[in-house]
Amino acid sequence: MLLTGCEIIMEVLAEQGVDTVFGYPGGQVLSIYDALYKNRHGIKHVLTAHEQGASHAADGYSRSSGKVGVCIATSGPGVTNIITGLATAHADSIPIVAITGNVPMELIGTDSFQEVDAIGLSIPITKHSFLVKSIDTLAFTLREAFKFAKSGRPGPVLVDIPKNVQVSKTEYEPMGLVENIPDINADKQLLDEAVKLINACKKPVIYCGGGVINSNSTEYIQPIVEKCGAYAVFSMMGLTAMDCEHKRHLGMSGMHGLYAATKTLTKADLVLAVGVRFTERATGNKAKFAENAKIIHIDIDPAEHGKNIDADLKIQGNLSNSLSYILENINNKKNSEWDKEVENYKQHENKNRKVTALLMPWDIIETVNKKATPYTNIATDVGQHQMWVAQYYKFKMPRTHITSGGLGTMGYGMGAAIGSCMATKRRTVLFTGDGSFGMNLNELATAVSEKLPITVVIINNKRLGMIRQWQSRFFDGHFMATVLDRKTDFVKLAEAFGAEGYRANSIKELEQALDRAFDINTPCVIECVIPSDEDVLPMVPPNGSVDNMIFK
Amino acid sequence: MNEKFSLSIVVTNQPGVLTRISSLFSQRDFNIDTFTSGKTEDEDYARITITASGDMRKKEQMIKQISKLYDVKKVEVMQPENTILRELLIVKVSASGEKLREILDAASVFRSKVVDMSPGSVCVEITGETSKIDAFLNYIKDYGILEYCRTGLIAVQRGKTCLYKNIKTA
Repeated sequence: MLLTGCEIIMEVLAEQGVDTVFGYPGGQVLSIYDALYKNRHGIKHVLTAHEQGASHAADGYSRSSGKVGVCIATSGPGVTNIITGLATAHADSIPIVAITGNVPMELIGTDSFQEVDAIGLSIPITKHSFLVKSIDTLAFTLREAFKFAKSGRPGPVLVDIPKNVQVSKTEYEPMGLVENIPDINADKQLLDEAVKLINACKKPVIYCGGGVINSNSTEYIQPIVEKCGAYAVFSMMGLTAMDCEHKRHLGMSGMHGLYAATKTLTKADLVLAVGVRFTERATGNKAKFAENAKIIHIDIDPAEHGKNIDADLKIQGNLSNSLSYILENINNKKNSEWDKEVENYKQHENKNRKVTALLMPWDIIETVNKKATPYTNIATDVGQHQMWVAQYYKFKMPRTHITSGGLGTMGYGMGAAIGSCMATKRRTVLFTGDGSFGMNLNELATAVSEKLPITVVIINNKRLGMIRQWQSRFFDGHFMATVLDRKTDFVKLAEAFGAEGYRANSIKELEQALDRAFDINTPCVIECVIPSDEDVLPMVPPNGSVDNMIFK
Repeated sequence: MNEKFSLSIVVTNQPGVLTRISSLFSQRDFNIDTFTSGKTEDEDYARITITASGDMRKKEQMIKQISKLYDVKKVEVMQPENTILRELLIVKVSASGEKLREILDAASVFRSKVVDMSPGSVCVEITGETSKIDAFLNYIKDYGILEYCRTGLIAVQRGKTCLYKNIKTA
């Protein structure tokens, strides 16, 4: 088949199983949009309000579905606008293929209109980026992009396609879905060593990160925990690796982790760390992290071994296969002393729940939790509300927690919720703050246009709460630039966008608003007003440990 | 403890590869001492030699992070006892009369080559390991170095072993 570059893009997207792309048209992608107009595969294009929203939507789409998310942007500002989205995906190892148009090859390097060095900009924040200089390599390059994005440790890949390549023609040969580059399987001897350590220990903990979700290995976690009498502790990215209501799910550890989770890690004699990268937010003081434990670290990316924590046993390999082998070979055992000890930590869990008539953040999260189903997608933005969700929401299913962990991108949530909702066709709740929502609320327009069942719950403390919390605790209460007190009327704002809007000052009002929001299949914004001076607790100060935990 | 070491990297011969590798070094705060790159006997691949310094952890991270790049086919630490390491220096020295004689003597002791002479100056080319080049520069510095330029190290393993034989078929 003799096809143009743009037609080849459509064919490759279809052959790679892409049903939805998120994007924004512009001068150097006009031909791609013309091909989208004509495309025979019914690939759906979602027009966002801003390219950043498109990149976050592709990311949310991928996190929810496990598929590669796709976004399209034009040259110049189109490229710079998706950079934040790519960096967000890169930090959390989310597979995205970003297709950008560029000026024709003969204009590259002449500072022509809307020209930026897309490759140069993308190098540090993508897994790889390709400049397609010739139509002859276009189909191959796009397939490589999909393959590289989803293989091994996943990540975003950018494909920059100059205008002349888009419109020239070549012979296209159809192909099927590209196979992943096969994962390295873990060394059997090392896995046997791990089994031996697990069998010999008395205080086991399994510590799960986002890699468990990304590699679809969640099914092994609970059985391993139960078989060897371990407790499960999670980084924020790994929270959905196991039913949060299971009594051995201790929740998130780290800076804003729960006391029992953080304490249990410190007291464990063995930590089986899977798909985690031990960032400083998760470990606190590295010298004190799991200081009594032998650490087994399994990851697909060998560069994670010894990067932040030097584990006693480092195993590189496919997580599912490794965990399945471990599950099969470890002994059944009970550790009653350990159970007693950990149950005791759980009793001491400080939930910092003030008794008050005011609507509090945990009330909001628990009320939504009650009304939602196990399949409801829960997206968040970044800040205090994000930590509260991680602490209080009881996730049941993997891939239902959509949040920017590594990069901590405020403004991530609205785009991500759209992507997540479109990938799953399921109701999606976005927990956001007045600060984060303010960054990219423009995407509410997209949700309205697409008639998406997205409920935006704004936890409004009229502050940039997380920064304020640090100013309060570490900067002598100098509240510089964190008191928003904006006059924005979120109810009217929602209505102006064509969504429904409600305000809740009590649990009862929130319940009523949620009943309405969950009844309709279009976007709804619920503003929940909370006190301005609530902190996220407990908190381990930077480079601290459970010994320095702040409870009040 | 910091040590100096040299890495040989085989990459696909694509534009932008050098940018990616040097970007990685700045991104992760790795120190590069020298960086050389050139074609190889196979036109599809280029070979880069980097000399760098860092502790064990940095060195390990450097190798692992470079290995992850799409264009990188192989990374190897070159073991000094088993490696031919060479650097090229061209130095222009201000000299005439008796001084010129002394420089030419030194050049011959260091087995270097005089590649240009003009009234008042002489250009000397010398190859060798870094220490030899440093020693030569140290000796002639008092004569008045006008300018010099050095290539950075290139490295090849001794013996029959090749760094990237059969990469294509592997």
